Order: sequence, then structure tokens, then C-alpha cells
Amino acid sequence: MSQKYEFTKEELAEIEKIKAKYPDKKPPVMPVLWLAQNKFGHVEPEVQHLVAKTLDLPPAHVYGVVTFYTQYYGERKGKYVLDVCTTLTCQVCGGYEILHHLEEKLGIKAGETTEDGLFSIQSVECLGACGYAPMMQITNGVYCNHLTKEKVDKIIDDLRAGKLPEYENMPFYQHGDPEPSKS
Amino acid sequence: MNTDWKNFEPVLIPNIKDLYKIDVYEKNGGYEQLKKVFKDKKHTPESLVNEVKAANIRGRGGAGFNAGLKWSFMPKPDGGPRYIAANGDESEPGTFKDRVIFERNPHLFIEGSILAGFAMDITAVYVYIRGEYRDQINMMQKAIDDAYAKGYLGKNILKSGFDLEMYVHSGAGAYICGEESSLMESLEGKRGYPRVKPPFPAQKGLWGRPTTINNIETLANVPLVVKNGADWYTSIGAKTHPGPVLYGISGHVNRPGVYEYPTGMLITDLINDVCKGVRGGKKVKAVIPGGSSTPPLRGDSLDGVRMDADSLRTAGSMMGTAGMIVMDEDTDIVDVIWRISHFYHHESCGQCTPCRDGTGFLEKTLIKIKDGEGEMRDLDILLDLCTQMEGRTICALADAAAWPVRYAVERFREDFEKRVKKTVYAVA
Ligand SMILES: Cc1cc2nc3c(=O)[nH]c(=O)nc-3n(C[C@H](O)[C@H](O)[C@H](O)COP(=O)(O)O)c2cc1C
Ligand code: SF4
Ligand code: FES
Repeated sequence: MSQKYEFTKEELAEIEKIKAKYPDKKPPVMPVLWLAQNKFGHVEPEVQHLVAKTLDLPPAHVYGVVTFYTQYYGERKGKYVLDVCTTLTCQVCGGYEILHHLEEKLGIKAGETTEDGLFSIQSVECLGACGYAPMMQITNGVYCNHLTKEKVDKIIDDLRAGKLPEYENMPFYQHGDPEPSKS
Repeated sequence: MNTDWKNFEPVLIPNIKDLYKIDVYEKNGGYEQLKKVFKDKKHTPESLVNEVKAANIRGRGGAGFNAGLKWSFMPKPDGGPRYIAANGDESEPGTFKDRVIFERNPHLFIEGSILAGFAMDITAVYVYIRGEYRDQINMMQKAIDDAYAKGYLGKNILKSGFDLEMYVHSGAGAYICGEESSLMESLEGKRGYPRVKPPFPAQKGLWGRPTTINNIETLANVPLVVKNGADWYTSIGAKTHPGPVLYGISGHVNRPGVYEYPTGMLITDLINDVCKGVRGGKKVKAVIPGGSSTPPLRGDSLDGVRMDADSLRTAGSMMGTAGMIVMDEDTDIVDVIWRISHFYHHESCGQCTPCRDGTGFLEKTLIKIKDGEGEMRDLDILLDLCTQMEGRTICALADAAAWPVRYAVERFREDFEKRVKKTVYAVA
């Protein structure tokens, strides 16, 4: 097996801390897969082997976990994975228009990656931000809310320049929190 | 019923700046209830369970089960470990309210979990949060770290002799992991296949040990009950389903968002007053009151319907997670129901045939109808499929998939009929 994928000493120490939270050998598999994916950008089979070896688990078990949960990238994806929610509220508030706008703009379909490896687009299920629909999440990270085509264009420009959007604190209107800026 | 909702002061998410910071929380009476219980001996574990039971906090995760009653199912301590799994999976479409607790008042939830831990002699609380909530997971971790630093968690909490650990566990994208037994499988580091019940979690839960699963919002109510008493709690909102509740309202309203009000609010007040009406002054076509699995109500049947278990049952739906989706008159109900069934098909774990095949077949039939290829008899096929799915599976996902279809076909029949091909009868 290639030597490309390894955990550093610090990461191994972190993994020991994770193990201490659970009374059994298997539970650390999810947090350690997260750790691996955040480091390597994916959890392809070689990374799965590393996780299995580190936790002394059968690789088949790790593979089973990776394939059950949609957020683990068992195959490499674009640097920026654009997860556009098209479920229920987002659907009725224009989620598909946002998805199709992105598809047109980037010249790929949902489920595909641009040739330069910069963007992947996915149509995903409710992300728990229905009050801020339509919305998308970037690479399992920041949420972009109340999307319009213009807002999407700006996000893409920023991402091309290597700039991720910042965390948006969503208002709790009951307290007179500010209205979201209308774009 | 207390209908004076306009003067209601939020208690789950009170209007206090930076309340998520532990110092601010403490300055505003936070962690006082722990001190009352651990130092002033306000409660024994038994009296605490009874108080919470009397308050009738009905689970905010969807099923609406009395939290204290659930706690009372835990067997007597035998010296071995016992667990709480706090359910922050929040993946039922239309639901986005637990995240407000993570963002704005995480310590209320932590304090509630510690009190619950004391009541049931718990060893560790695992806070399961959907993986997509990366930012909220970090916020929660920070809040827990701060609570440890202040001695509210860990060994010998407030010198009471009681120990409790609290850990955050991140999901990774699987709706089914919100189902309590699937959540436990996931916590155990496996694929999230729901378990056959019995045994129930109180008997055999995490790692075969007694476990209680509660929703995040449910646990956040506990310090309020300890502070103000069960009588105070039951005086708020609907008699049989009391308390403050976080309504997550989304869709075609002018001001969607999460709002805290008593249970038993009129749906029309929530839409017209709280959310400032429907966008563009349009009419309401349909409302899904409590997340995608709760049966949709017609816009012309909302008069007098309140957001509590009894009123919604009478109206033909359920409270669910109080994640309400409002759809205006231009909404294509057939499309919406197809998309909901796509969701459940996608999220079915595939263990049970009626669910695995049923959700697929529902979706296929709905695609046919939506694309204008359906026939009148497909509507009956849909209803028949629902009957074959309901109550026949390991977990309630199959029911959750069937209900919206059944009730949409029944209540919005004209929309479906408009989309199917006119049947031509051959004349002999
Ligand atoms: C398919 C399915 C998904 C569920 N998802 C969630 C969820 O995301 N969050 C939640 O709190 N409960 C969810 N539940 C309900 C849980 O199984 C459980 O009843 C609840 O967490 C118990 O807490 P409570 O009594 O405090 O509501 C789900 C149930 C089913 C059948
Ligand atoms: S009902 Fe569906 S989701 Fe639930 S266990 Fe059966 S197949 Fe899995
Ligand atoms: S429906 Fe899109 S975030 Fe919930």
C-alpha cells in the first residue's frame, strides 16, 4: 500500500482522545473518518484502510460505514462541493432554480465535477435551514442562506478567488433581530 | 387555554445578548437549578422524575411522549453504566429549531441534560448532532468545554459526588439516524440500521445498557420545570400538551424563522401575525404542521386549528416537530408530494421490504403522475401502497413516508385527478 496517507503524531494523540469517549472499539470510526476527510479531502479506500488500521477494525467495517453516510466522500470530489437543498421548503422556495442556475453556470449536472476539479454540484436533502430557503452548503461546511441567482454568482466568484463565505448568524425575529438584507 | 401569546416572554430563547456564553448564562440565573438540586437538595432523583412527569413535557422530537414518564422506565441502577442519547439529528424536512438552541442557548440544554442525568443516575450523555451542522457542533463543543471548566460536568459535580460526562458525536448525513435505535447504532460506530423493539432502549440501549433518548429541545425544558415547577409549566399553552415550543416556520410566508410561543397557537395566528402573512398576499393552499411526515392540511380547513397534539389530531394531522411549512395557492401539490416521497425513498435504510419497495414504488408512481403519464387507477394504487406500508415495519419511516401521500391524495384529490390521463372506457 502507498505511504501517502498517514496520521501525524498530533492526530494520533487526537484519536486517542476520541477513543477515550467511548467504551468500545467501533464508535471512534465516525469521528476518525471525519478527521481523515478534513485532512485528506476524501475517504477513498486507501484512507479507509488507514482508519481501519489505526482503529484495529476490519476494513470492510469502515467501508460499510463510509457507504452508509452521504457526507463521507468515498470518491474524490471537487474542491468546493456545492450541496443545494431541493427538499420540501427549498423546493417550493426555488431550490431547483438555484440548482439549475449553478448547473448552467458551471456547465455540469448535479452529481458531476468540473474538469478543473474546483466544483462539484449535488442536489441534497433538507439541511435543517428551511427558514432560510433556498440554501446550500459548501463542502460540508458553511451554509449560504436566502439564495438568489445574484448571491450565487457572487459566491462562485469568491470561491474562484479562494474565498469562502462567512458564517451567517440567522435572525431570531421575535427579539427584533435585524431583517435579513434583501438582495 | 392561555391565549395571551402576544405577551408571552420567551424562556427557551430569552432575549439576552450573548446568552450562549457561559458567563452571561450564569449571570442570568443559569446553572442555578443545578445548585438548587446538588447543594440545596431541592430534589432527589425520584422527586425530580416525578416533577418532570407532572409537567408533561411532551417530546419535541416528533412522537410527543411525556419525558418524565419515559425517564421512569429506566431500571434501578445496578452499578453499571447508563446513558442519555440527546437527539440533535434534526433531519425531518421542515425542521430547523434545535439549531437555534445550539446557537443561542446551549447551556440551557446542557443544564437540562445534567439534571436528567442526575434523575436517572446517568454515566454519560452523548449529544448526537447531524454532521451538516458543523458550525453548531463546534458551538456545542465549546459550551461543553466551558461547562467542564466550571465544574458542572465531569467528576463530583458541585461536590455532590455525582459524576457525568458529556460528549458530542457528529452524524454524517443520514436522516434515519434521527430514529432513536438507528441513532444508537450510529453512536456505536455502525451503519444506522434501526433495531427491532423490544428490547426497548431503557432495557437495552447503547452498548446493551439502559439508555434514554430525548430530543434537544425536550431536555432544554427541564431547568425551566425545576425552576418554576410543574404547575407553572402546565399552565402554559395547551392543557394536554403544555409548555413553550419552538415553532420553525418556513415556506411562503413573509417572515419565516424559528419562534418561541406556547403550544396551542392557532395556525392562522402563526401565519398571519407571527410570520406577517403569506408572500404577495396570496392564499394558503396547504400547511404541513410538523415536519414532512405529518399529514398536510388544506388551506381552507385551518380555521380554529391549534398547534397541539389534540387539536391537530382532530384536524387530521400531527404536531411532529412543530416545523411548519406554508404553501401558497400557486404550489404544485403533486410535485411537492413526489419530492417528499423521493426523500423517504432515498432515506429508507432498506431493511424492511414494505419500506424499501414501498417507498420506491410510491416515488415511481408519483413521477408517472407528475409527468402526466398516470391514470386514475394510480391514485388508488397509491392509497393501497400506503396501507401495505403502514405499521408493518421495524421503524416508523415507512409510516412517515406513507402519511403525506395518503392524506394528500385524499385531501387534494382534484390536483391529482387533473394530472392523470383521462381514462377512456371502451364501449362494447
Ligand atoms: C425516521 C425517524 C426519524 C426521526 N428523526 C428525529 C430527529 O431528527 N430528531 C429527533 O429528536 N427525533 C427524531 N425521531 C424521533 C426519535 O425516534 C425519538 O422519538 C425522539 O428523539 C425521542 O425524544 P423526545 O421524546 O424527547 O421527542 C425520528 C423518528 C423516526 C421514526
Ligand atoms: S421502516 Fe424503512 S427505514 Fe425503518 S428499518 Fe424498515 S427499511 Fe429501514
Ligand atoms: S428544506 Fe431545504 S433546508 Fe430544509
